Amino acid sequence: MRRLYAVGVTVLVLVLLPFVLSEFRTVQLATVGAYFIAVLGLDVLLESGQVSLGHGAFMAVGGYTTAILMANHGVQDVWTIPIAAGVAGGLGLLFGIPALRLSGSYLALATFAIAIVLPTLLKKFDHFTGGSTGITLFGRPTQTGHGTGYLGLTNNTWLYALTWLVGVLVFLLAWWLLASRFGRSLRAVRDSELAAAASGVNRSAYKVAAFGVSAAYAGAAGALYAINVAYVSPDTFPIQLSLFLLVGAVMGAFGSIWGALAGALLIQFLPDIVGVLPHVDTKQAGPATFFYGAVLVALILLLPFVLRVASSIADRSYSRTP
Amino acid sequence: MANFLQQVVSGLASGGIYGSLALALVIIYRSTGVLNFAQGELATLSTFVCLALLDHGWSFWPAFAATLALSFAGGLVLQRTVVRPAQRGPQIGVVILTIGLLIAVNGLTTWIWGGAARQFPGPFSTAPIHVGGVAFSKQDLGVIAVSLVTVALVGLLFSRTKLGLGLRATAVNPNEARLVGVPVGWLLGVGWGLAAAIGAVAGVMAAPSLFLEPNMMQAVLLYAFAAAVLGGMDSPLGAVVGGLILGVLLNLLGTYVHWVGGELRLAAALAVILGVLLVRPSGLFGSRSVTRA
Repeated sequence: MRRLYAVGVTVLVLVLLPFVLSEFRTVQLATVGAYFIAVLGLDVLLESGQVSLGHGAFMAVGGYTTAILMANHGVQDVWTIPIAAGVAGGLGLLFGIPALRLSGSYLALATFAIAIVLPTLLKKFDHFTGGSTGITLFGRPTQTGHGTGYLGLTNNTWLYALTWLVGVLVFLLAWWLLASRFGRSLRAVRDSELAAAASGVNRSAYKVAAFGVSAAYAGAAGALYAINVAYVSPDTFPIQLSLFLLVGAVMGAFGSIWGALAGALLIQFLPDIVGVLPHVDTKQAGPATFFYGAVLVALILLLPFVLRVASSIADRSYSRTP
Repeated sequence: MANFLQQVVSGLASGGIYGSLALALVIIYRSTGVLNFAQGELATLSTFVCLALLDHGWSFWPAFAATLALSFAGGLVLQRTVVRPAQRGPQIGVVILTIGLLIAVNGLTTWIWGGAARQFPGPFSTAPIHVGGVAFSKQDLGVIAVSLVTVALVGLLFSRTKLGLGLRATAVNPNEARLVGVPVGWLLGVGWGLAAAIGAVAGVMAAPSLFLEPNMMQAVLLYAFAAAVLGGMDSPLGAVVGGLILGVLLNLLGTYVHWVGGELRLAAALAVILGVLLVRPSGLFGSRSVTRA
């Protein structure tokens, strides 16, 4: 019950924020929403004991699906989101099948390779993707919710509302999924494949399904990202994006899926935080990138410690209840 | 035919670089089962250190030797301070840790030296030499020679020295090695140091032709992974042979198959990685791993 209150308060804060913040911060928070969805998806994958260093690639699939549907087929932006999620999710299922044969390090390697290679493929098949120039989505007011005059919001507030509406919906979906039989089976497979199989859990099906769900989340995130920036190109989804998503997802591993929110905020605002330090020039990419890496290293080193503290707190709360 | 031979030789030169970095990856993988995603960025950092020494007026070979020594020390310290504590946890944690190192080192080099590409004065001239009507670049031949000398030295270290014996014992069975008095913890550190030094060789050899910038080794790292997977992740010989095969293969594909060209080289490496992992995970020379279900 307390958790439901927490969700309610969070939603209320999300609704109120655009009234308090500048347009600039609202736009930034809309981007955070897109990261949040991708990080949630990556956390579902981590829950099944698998890892992906290439979720930026699934975001790219979603983003390009949206861009191509809007630019070449005149589809309204909102309706491209489920299609983008479906296309990315389908590819995720397909990739999940060979991924069954790759464990730990090798799965990391294969997904890393995909994220590095994807931009070169996007440039190569340019009749479809617009090559290095990408696809621009500016100047299509009738295809965006703002242009059709829903609720009379400004363009930026509309983008914020759309992104976080989807964000809250898929958050609740992830919560339900992980709390249900599906989530229990994923954790069983993660903790011991043998024991899970012996208890009648079809481990292959669950691992592939986790990959599909996770990729669908990344696809929806990519679609919203493309709608927000109204432009996609091969450089919109670089390998760094995939790696930063992993930083966010590892944050998520700390405090169930609430950590995903912290992770998404970190991806967006770490450069600003770093800028507070004296003698650091944030106009340059180096310092921020360094601290992304340092945060990830610190998280991994602290993770066992934090988990131990968390479990001891949990033990104490059990002993207090009669 | 002359063109074909030239392409093979320049493929062998790139292959030597891929093979060297792959060797660094394999040395760490053999002992701990961890793929070090930061290996490429560490090599870039070493190369920047070498350039800094050259800028201070050092001549090439002393600067190169100093770089190798510094890289060895750096790798050793990194393993003792950062990697070792994480190794108590699950393996995937260590892999993610190396991703963190990748990002951090990349940020550090950008922070210190900026993102612009720089020329790196190599030790070999780019002038061609003519052998039987075929023009080979001296730089390519030099890179091949340095790669082969590196591999030979590493081979001798592993097979003929007590240190090498300890390293092999650590890789094969750390628990029993510890029982007979091998300082396993320190040797894991030495393995990281050795890998960093070999990576530095790859970085310095690659820099004259690729130009030095913080992301220089990103593509090379992917080729090195492909080479290591092709040769078998736990076989040092396989890593080098895999590197040479891959270098020549990619160069010939790029030259003679126009659809691949220069643009799809990375995709070809991805195809090699996925193909080998799915069809023959042990690669050409690797040992087949067997696990209980």
